[in-house]
Amino acid sequence: MDHFLNEDQQMIVDLAKQITDEMIIPNRAKYDETEGYPLDIVETMAKSDFFALFVPEEYGGLGGGCFDTVLALEQFGRGCVGIATAYAASALGAYPIVISGSKELKEQFLPDIATGKKRAAFALTEANAGSDASGIQTTAVEDGDYWVLNGTKQWITNGGQAHLYTVIAMTDPHKGPRGATMFVVESTDPGFSCGPKEKKLGIRTSATTELIFKDCRIPKSRMIGRRGAGFITVMKTLDKSRPGIASLGVGLAQGALDEAATYAKQRVQFGKPIISFQAVQHMLADMAIQTEASRALVYVSAKHIDAHPKQMSKASAMCKVMATDTAMKVAVDAVQVMGGYGYMREYPVEKMMRDAKILQIYEGTNQIQRNVIGQELNKEYN
Amino acid sequence: MNIVVCIKQVPDAKDVRLDPETNTLSREGVKSVINPYDRHALEEGVRLKEEYGGTVTVISMGPPQAQAILTEAISCGADEAFLVSDRAFAGADTLATTYTLAQAVAKAGKPDLVLCGKQATDGDTAQVGPGLAVRLDMPFVTCVKKVRTIAKDVLTLERMMDDGYDVLEVDLPALLTVVKEINTPRFPSLRGMRRARDYQITSLTAEDIGADSSRLGLGGSPTQVVSVFPPEKKGDRTMIEGSVAEQVDKLAEILFDSAFGA
Amino acid sequence: MLIIDKDACIGCGLCEDNCPFDAIAVVDGKAEVNDNCTLCGSCIEHCEVEALSIPRDESGAIDLSAWSGVWVYAEYRQGKLAQVSRELLGIGRTLADKRDTKLSAVLLCADAADVPQQLIAAGADQVYVVVDPALENFNDDSYGAALEDLARKYKPEVILAGATAIGRSFIPRVATSLNTGLTADCTQLAIGDDGHLHQTRPAFGGNIMATIMCPNHRPQMSTVRPMVFQAPEPDGSRTGEIIVEAIAADRLASRTRVVETVLTEGEQLNLAEAEVVIAGGRGLENEEGFSLVESLADVLGGAVGASRAAVDNGWITYPHQVGQTGKTVASKLYVACGISGAIQHVIGMKSSETIVAINRDQNAPIFDVADYCVVGDIFTLLPPLVDKLKERSGKE
Repeated sequence: MDHFLNEDQQMIVDLAKQITDEMIIPNRAKYDETEGYPLDIVETMAKSDFFALFVPEEYGGLGGGCFDTVLALEQFGRGCVGIATAYAASALGAYPIVISGSKELKEQFLPDIATGKKRAAFALTEANAGSDASGIQTTAVEDGDYWVLNGTKQWITNGGQAHLYTVIAMTDPHKGPRGATMFVVESTDPGFSCGPKEKKLGIRTSATTELIFKDCRIPKSRMIGRRGAGFITVMKTLDKSRPGIASLGVGLAQGALDEAATYAKQRVQFGKPIISFQAVQHMLADMAIQTEASRALVYVSAKHIDAHPKQMSKASAMCKVMATDTAMKVAVDAVQVMGGYGYMREYPVEKMMRDAKILQIYEGTNQIQRNVIGQELNKEYN
Repeated sequence: MNIVVCIKQVPDAKDVRLDPETNTLSREGVKSVINPYDRHALEEGVRLKEEYGGTVTVISMGPPQAQAILTEAISCGADEAFLVSDRAFAGADTLATTYTLAQAVAKAGKPDLVLCGKQATDGDTAQVGPGLAVRLDMPFVTCVKKVRTIAKDVLTLERMMDDGYDVLEVDLPALLTVVKEINTPRFPSLRGMRRARDYQITSLTAEDIGADSSRLGLGGSPTQVVSVFPPEKKGDRTMIEGSVAEQVDKLAEILFDSAFGA
Repeated sequence: MLIIDKDACIGCGLCEDNCPFDAIAVVDGKAEVNDNCTLCGSCIEHCEVEALSIPRDESGAIDLSAWSGVWVYAEYRQGKLAQVSRELLGIGRTLADKRDTKLSAVLLCADAADVPQQLIAAGADQVYVVVDPALENFNDDSYGAALEDLARKYKPEVILAGATAIGRSFIPRVATSLNTGLTADCTQLAIGDDGHLHQTRPAFGGNIMATIMCPNHRPQMSTVRPMVFQAPEPDGSRTGEIIVEAIAADRLASRTRVVETVLTEGEQLNLAEAEVVIAGGRGLENEEGFSLVESLADVLGGAVGASRAAVDNGWITYPHQVGQTGKTVASKLYVACGISGAIQHVIGMKSSETIVAINRDQNAPIFDVADYCVVGDIFTLLPPLVDKLKERSGKE
């Protein structure tokens, strides 16, 4: 369907599509199999300015709009959610600086993020803090001109591949959630290290590791925003980034639908292509309806977020739930349409089905998203 | 360094299919693209610019539609673009083409380095690069697979040969034709695409390049196509059928006889 | 430009159907030409009512009678005369006889050894030899200037050269300097009744053949790929004249200098000149699968070829690639294993004498150019086939 994109937006779609078709799709099975990090593809995206999309113009970017990033991620996600996640993680890692960072901090880090020279990662989750962010145990203590961090972050996307990490740590534990603060940690900082790459169900190419802070000393200037404002930054970051995850879902669903429909036209049973059977047609029709509806909600949400940066939460959560639940369902149905072939690794839909699951989990589970939406409704109908 | 890259628009070989009935080329739905070898020439130009400084100017001789490949070249890092287009050029063979291109290159500036693909995939002659070098009075090296260094107006490079490769030094200004091994062409960039959208390509006619009309197009071409015909079709083909064992037996017979003489 | 005689045109559409460039269309019952026209002449060939023509200006013509004799550039590198030069002396002989003129070879080198005798044995009446240390390594400036100067001095009507790395590099330079035409990669050469050289080559991607002439300029120049023509059996009893020429030192000065020559696998491989080529493609699935092709090549004493897909996947190196972007082969036997037959590949092998294709997909386009077609699984067929052939060659 025509979403009346302007020229700049159409360029993003066209170029992302070209990179997806010519580079991501031919290599996705290899990266899934080897579980290696897709550095060549990430560097191609960087050279083609995709890392500039989420950085404001005054810091060497191309604007920083949520919708622009969504358009790129949809295409990349159509090819491979794992590779797309390697790109999206930099946006997520950069957003805290974009949203709350001082001018100096922005000048120091954003230009290199925009060129892709430095990749970023976002470090929130810990063993005892996932959906409940108040369980954070990593601490940051003032020591002269430095902050000293101690603790362990878990399942951090781009771990070991990023050059800088935006990390939340407790600076004033007695204040509870208001005692958390965000910092920029560079991979070269003393006392910082990464664990081994985790083995995952899907998005296997994406690097996921522990981050270990052992008396990690960083200059005071690396604090993002005010002391104690860490949680607010985290919430705003996730509100802004979730439509990106949602668009990965739209892309994955589209990719699965494309595969299933193409297959159904070619596969002949009982003397006819199986697409001519109503049972298959209805499945494909539902897949198409859900994909288009998700895309429409994601686009509208992203545009809403760009226009109303103060009321992001509900739109962000709604599109994430809808598009990622759709991705999971459409991927499962694509496997079903393709039958035994769909289950084989020779065809891409089994990977799509494995990859889809993470979309319902990361950057806030879909259950937590429904909580957010419920709370917003509770406020609205006061 | 002032780098000129010559590029040509050709039908996309990926799309070209043989019509099994007529044994002719089916051009339906065939896209026009930058000649694949020229992509590598452009990429090399942009890389050399990034390393040694300077500008990259792309020139294409062709119909008005060839604008599209020049726009693409700008989006991939070229700085300036010229389209050399005039109905007077129609029917040009490689000799008339090199004359036209040489006039256009002279008009576009004084290059230190001219880069071309080793050949165009539609004509496959590999003659335009060397011919252009003669017209520009430059030394040239064909089938370059690597530019090693540029120092004090001397290029060191590797040239593919049938039995290996030669390492050569060549004095600048010079013309090189490149093979695919030389690099991996980049995708366009978003900034490049925005620049390309707003960029005004300069169009050059026969008059603009100060060409002698008798040396252009069909009239300036010593070679003439006197007939065009489909290639001979293969005689009746034989299907080798039966069980695997039978197929293997028959195959062994045919291969043995063809390889070692019946 | 293309002239359309609107009175003669009957609007039959044959021109439109046969235009390779979508440049002509019948509008309101009459043919109309657009900017896509390259003046290739295909429509004129097909027009049954002679309504189409391309007027030519013949004013640039030169005195053709001053030019006579057929020349072959004898390619000599690393102490070896290229086989293609012998092949060209074979066809050159035919052309020279038809023109009732002499066949000459041109040898540029630093040390001629017995090459002039070899060239005479291969059919040359004369050999022009330039021996100069400047010709030790191939470089375009010196070789180009030498051949150009000889051609200006002796005025041959035809110059043939191999479409090798060397021929494709400096021959265009010579043609441009002599302001004459050059036709690359000819597959047929003949002297027409008009006395001109008729050069036939694949055009527009290799699926249409075009015959090309150079009627008003001399010399008429062509390059020819290896293995297109047959080399005559050497005849040691033939005699001929060896003419030693010197080229001015300033003409041999080069702006390019060979620092080093690195010989790689290509030397042993010599795929283009192999009589038997066994080639593998995507259908072999991996490096291990590709080794089946190698064992078949082994037992048949053939060279290993590959489609672009196999090379891109890293199963075998680039010197083995056959096709538009690789080598052209014209082997006695070409066996395509698991190669679908994309046009880029077919261009590089279709002139082989006997083509055998093995492919799982019965609709694979490779079967359109094959003499023997086997629809079947490579992995089941090749191992017993190799065994069978080993058995046979052991017996005979």
